[in-house]
Amino acid sequence: MSDHKKKLLKVENLGVRFPLKNKSIIGKKSYLYAVDDISFEINRGETLAIVGESGSGKTTAALATARLVQAYTGKITLENINLQEIQKEELRQVRTKVQFIFQDPYSSLNPRLRAEEIVKEPLNSLTNFSSSKKQKLVNELFKAVGLRPEQQRLFPHQFSGGQRQRIGVARALSTQPDLIICDEPVSALDVAVQAQILNLLRELQTKFGLAYLFISHDLGVVQHMCDQVAVMYMGKIVEYADRLSLFNNPLHPYTSALLSAIPSIDQTRREKTERILIPGDPPDPINPPIGCRFANRCPVAKEICYQKEPQLNEIKNGHKVACHLVDKKANSPLESLK
Amino acid sequence: MSEPLLNVKNLRIELTTRDGVTPVIDDFSFSLSHGEAISFVGESGCGKSMTALGIMGLLPEGVGRIASGSITLSGEELTKASDKRLRNIRGNEISMIFQEPMTSLNPVYTIGEQIAEVLRAHQGLSRTAAWAKAIELLDAVRIPNPHARISDYPFQLSGGQRQRVMIAIALACEPKILIADEPTTALDVTVQAQIFDLLNDLRKQTGTAIILITHDMGAVAEMAERMIVMYAGRKAEEGPVQQVIDNAQHPYTRGLISCVPHIPETLTNERQTLKEIPGIVPSLRDFGKDRCLFASRCDNVSEKCRIKRPPETDYLNSQRVACWHTESL
Repeated sequence: MSDHKKKLLKVENLGVRFPLKNKSIIGKKSYLYAVDDISFEINRGETLAIVGESGSGKTTAALATARLVQAYTGKITLENINLQEIQKEELRQVRTKVQFIFQDPYSSLNPRLRAEEIVKEPLNSLTNFSSSKKQKLVNELFKAVGLRPEQQRLFPHQFSGGQRQRIGVARALSTQPDLIICDEPVSALDVAVQAQILNLLRELQTKFGLAYLFISHDLGVVQHMCDQVAVMYMGKIVEYADRLSLFNNPLHPYTSALLSAIPSIDQTRREKTERILIPGDPPDPINPPIGCRFANRCPVAKEICYQKEPQLNEIKNGHKVACHLVDKKANSPLESLK
Repeated sequence: MSEPLLNVKNLRIELTTRDGVTPVIDDFSFSLSHGEAISFVGESGCGKSMTALGIMGLLPEGVGRIASGSITLSGEELTKASDKRLRNIRGNEISMIFQEPMTSLNPVYTIGEQIAEVLRAHQGLSRTAAWAKAIELLDAVRIPNPHARISDYPFQLSGGQRQRVMIAIALACEPKILIADEPTTALDVTVQAQIFDLLNDLRKQTGTAIILITHDMGAVAEMAERMIVMYAGRKAEEGPVQQVIDNAQHPYTRGLISCVPHIPETLTNERQTLKEIPGIVPSLRDFGKDRCLFASRCDNVSEKCRIKRPPETDYLNSQRVACWHTESL
């Protein structure tokens, strides 16, 4: 990553764990490590996408980044503020800079509030603006997300799914944030409506210089939205690269499998891509395996993969991968299958 | 051409709602040959699942009914069949798998009991014979260690395994048609790939015809030979899958294809422009009106579209389109 871009967010060695109910009274407390030692950075005006399957820890990582879930270890720096150390008033200030867009526009809007009140809520709780200033902002926000002024008085049930997500976007924009965390913003929407929201998000990014932390399981959407990508598997980042490197030259066998699993309408791509079927399901997250967590499903796993956990190493130009079998020349380990 | 396995002609399904009776399926025809894989594509609320339920004789009682048209399975009329005959057909001739494998399985019975139940009810197998067949079926849907897993309860299985169990139940009596209603929407992509792979293999082995219901064009391309694009209870376009994808005629089909970001063979810095389909599917009140129901969202609309329903016309090589502007596009 080049230095001339301005760093907005830096997350180092973040870990989130949840205590498990212990069956016996004796014995030490056990935990589920939902996010295990991950690091990433986001530049101003750019998008980092976190991809992974359900249960990989993407949402927990996002929640911890905004301090909506407490991390047990790690350092989160926004601009020059260490988010782990600040309290109350300072945190309230920071919250205006980091906002959230949620997956389900049906459950993330209060059904008893009017659209304008929903959009105003962050302003009420995080700022001391006068009501006339708030109203002026709401008017502008409705315009920016493509809703009509008269729709401000309506309740959520009077909107379609896509329109509700627009309200969610307006709410996230209301405090003029630098970073918006988008947690699967389109996966609950109908296909035809997804494009509307994706286009809106990209338009707003250019207009307001927003940075996005974009969580998704859909690699097609990720490819369209991101500048950088982090692939997560069982709480770990297994591959981290810029958009072109990751999609054109995936190094981790899991990333390759994920990419090859996407059904494609492109006949040439379909014929050229050898589908890498990974059997079974991820192992039990409560007792993760000692070595590489993907080893039991990996088509090229070797002895070492079961014994030693691979570290996330930089292979070239910021392309990082956690796999014992990737060599210095950045060849995919799957080449050996051909 | 030999007689199709399933023939649906001018089907009209009506739902009784608070606003009155509306045709959720309006003059819809299609046919399915032995061993063929077709796909219904469209947004939610376009009648894909309703058509499937109509074929199965499972329309919500008192609310939905087949008003006119015919559904014939190997020459037998299903719209006039008795409940008893329909129950016999379901499972034996046509079976269905659903989107959410957790809610379709009974949580208080083991998966073995649930598979065996189908075999005993439809094929009159004994308890032990049904149990042995259930193990075979679990093996066929690639559940590892079927002897042990057969006594598991649904909660002990992952989402992908549950869907495999559903497929085992659906295929237990070797039906001629399997209707898969969004079978992988609730699953992760790598698991989706496993399920598609399994369905394709089973189709080759057993010759079961498949109707895949989905909104994902990629899944259609992967699974089906022919697709039917549905909009507001009507057929918008029909044709061989790759031909329609490469040369879609109906603006709705083109919208469905270009509104989703696709991963090209080689990614460049340039990003695809996502074409938006403005607005949403019309409300049920507008279904059945004598006009093009897509007109309100179409950027190529003319006066004719608003006053008369476009007929289905042949385009080329069995591609059919219901749009007034097919030639002019």
